[in-house]
Amino acid sequence: MPDPVPDPTDTPSALTPDEEKARATEALAATAAQLRERGQAAGGTAAEVLDALAMMAEDPSLATDVQQRIEKGATAEYAVFAAMDAFRELLAGMGGYLGERADDLGDVARRAIARLQGLPAPGVPESEHPFILVARDLAPADTATLDLDRVLALVTTEGGPTSHTAILAREKGITAIVGALQAAELNDGDLVLVDAENGTIELDPAQERIDLAVQRTATLQAIRAASSGPGRLADGHAVPLLANIGSPESAREAAARGAEGVGLFRTEVLFLGAEKAPSVEEQAATYREVFANFPGQKVVVRVLDAGADKPLAFLTDAGEENPALGRRGLRALAAHEEVLRDQLTALAQAAEGSEAEVQVMAPMVSTAQEATYFRDLAHELGIRIAGVMVEVPSCAIMADHVVPNADFVSIGTNDLTQYVFAADRLLGSVAGFQNPWHPAVLRLIQQVGSAGTEHGVPVGICGEAAADPLLAVVLVGLGATTLSMSSTSIADVRAEISQYTLDEARALAAIAVAADSAESARDAVAAAADELDPVEPAAP
Amino acid sequence: MADRTLVVASAHGLHARPAALFVKAATDSGASVHLRKGDRTVDAKSILGVISLGIDHGDEVTLAVEGENDEAVLNELAAFLEQDHDA
Repeated sequence: MPDPVPDPTDTPSALTPDEEKARATEALAATAAQLRERGQAAGGTAAEVLDALAMMAEDPSLATDVQQRIEKGATAEYAVFAAMDAFRELLAGMGGYLGERADDLGDVARRAIARLQGLPAPGVPESEHPFILVARDLAPADTATLDLDRVLALVTTEGGPTSHTAILAREKGITAIVGALQAAELNDGDLVLVDAENGTIELDPAQERIDLAVQRTATLQAIRAASSGPGRLADGHAVPLLANIGSPESAREAAARGAEGVGLFRTEVLFLGAEKAPSVEEQAATYREVFANFPGQKVVVRVLDAGADKPLAFLTDAGEENPALGRRGLRALAAHEEVLRDQLTALAQAAEGSEAEVQVMAPMVSTAQEATYFRDLAHELGIRIAGVMVEVPSCAIMADHVVPNADFVSIGTNDLTQYVFAADRLLGSVAGFQNPWHPAVLRLIQQVGSAGTEHGVPVGICGEAAADPLLAVVLVGLGATTLSMSSTSIADVRAEISQYTLDEARALAAIAVAADSAESARDAVAAAADELDPVEPAAP
Repeated sequence: MADRTLVVASAHGLHARPAALFVKAATDSGASVHLRKGDRTVDAKSILGVISLGIDHGDEVTLAVEGENDEAVLNELAAFLEQDHDA
């Protein structure tokens, strides 16, 4: 894809300020309209993203800035460019998520400038035959309207995992590699093989590599298309695929996407922003609404996980220096037992008369004593099945004592990874540590899995790790009995696990825990998985 | 004029999606609305202004509304900010 139109230069305008202002206003309004139109054509998240971009083009602060620049003698082109650039730099300077939004703003500017110069809107080139699109970065407007029959894969040299390109590509199921620096060397017409699963780009691949890739893609597509119903391995071993949800709305969505139940129902949403806990009756009504979506299926409710990044006025101690290491989760609830008792009572009330199989678990459990405390209290208040979340390394290390004191355990891989590496999972500068493929995390999961097998206690996984199809296979090999994830990932995970027997999953798990880093674990497992002959999916 | 200081609830702060929804709500209100974080104040109808405040989850912000029904508009916008739109 060609690089966009060059930036305009600050040359004196030949028109009157009023004429330039009218041109700028027209171009910005037309750009906004064009973005909305593309968004509406694409629908879904794309519509929201493009609508936000349209709002940027129409922004009143930007318009004021543009007009002031024109009054000082700038052309409409330069005024739009400079005003956008000032905001772009402001956002870029803030880094992280906002820094990536700066690129979006650059795209809005280029569209408006192309319009002012009478050039076609920048975008994906037209082509007669299917092609692999290589670009510096793809504007959200382009990703959203990609012709999936024409574009075989997408490679960008810039952009990070949270860029809109990455998010939209994931949503549309486009084979995509984002931020591949080496792709800058590629030329128009090069023959390349893009392997998004392994993040590799191969230049001039041998014919047999191409044949293998084509065959692999076809197999995967066939398996995905044929995959529905409950999650199971190639040998028929059942691995229920559950959803992580946060509201009655997401419960409905998960049920529609074929979740076999809920592995993590976050209840904070009922409480956030509240000055005091909602009443037992109010809580029970919301819980009932969620349970109603899963008759005959499991719904695992996590009691309030307040503290750290989710402070609550009535539970969280103010002024903790390290809230992630503070009185959060079960620790906060135990200190305010009346809140926990009310929530368990509300859950027991809602479970009664519901057809869902309601289970309740406690977050941030770090000792066997806490597990016992929670289970006893939950049983006392009428909850039949009470378990604990394994997120704190001490809990995994003591799994042989914790597991017998719980009706089930659920491993929260995001927090477990954060605590294993002592790396704040919300902090960009240590984000590199937040990788559940690391054997340090996998070995702890293995200990919990073994304890679960030995004591006959179910071991669930909830967290992003379960949504990574290949890692999901490893987790089953480590002893996970259920996997819970955002419901959009269920189809992919279902398709992937159906290709391996339990013995094969265990063999892949052994390879992963023996590695010396997250990257080598992933690479070694991917290589071993490639060698295993794809197996026909198990009959439903 | 009516104003209020509150804590933003969205798990990812006031970034793209929640920011766009908030700006829309402010624009639709027809009133003059300003949002302040620290010592910076921006027009709540400007999405660039709002996201450039870099408002994170748990940040304290002040909303100021001028115009007819300022109390009602303030209540509505404050309620929006106190909800988690990323959950």
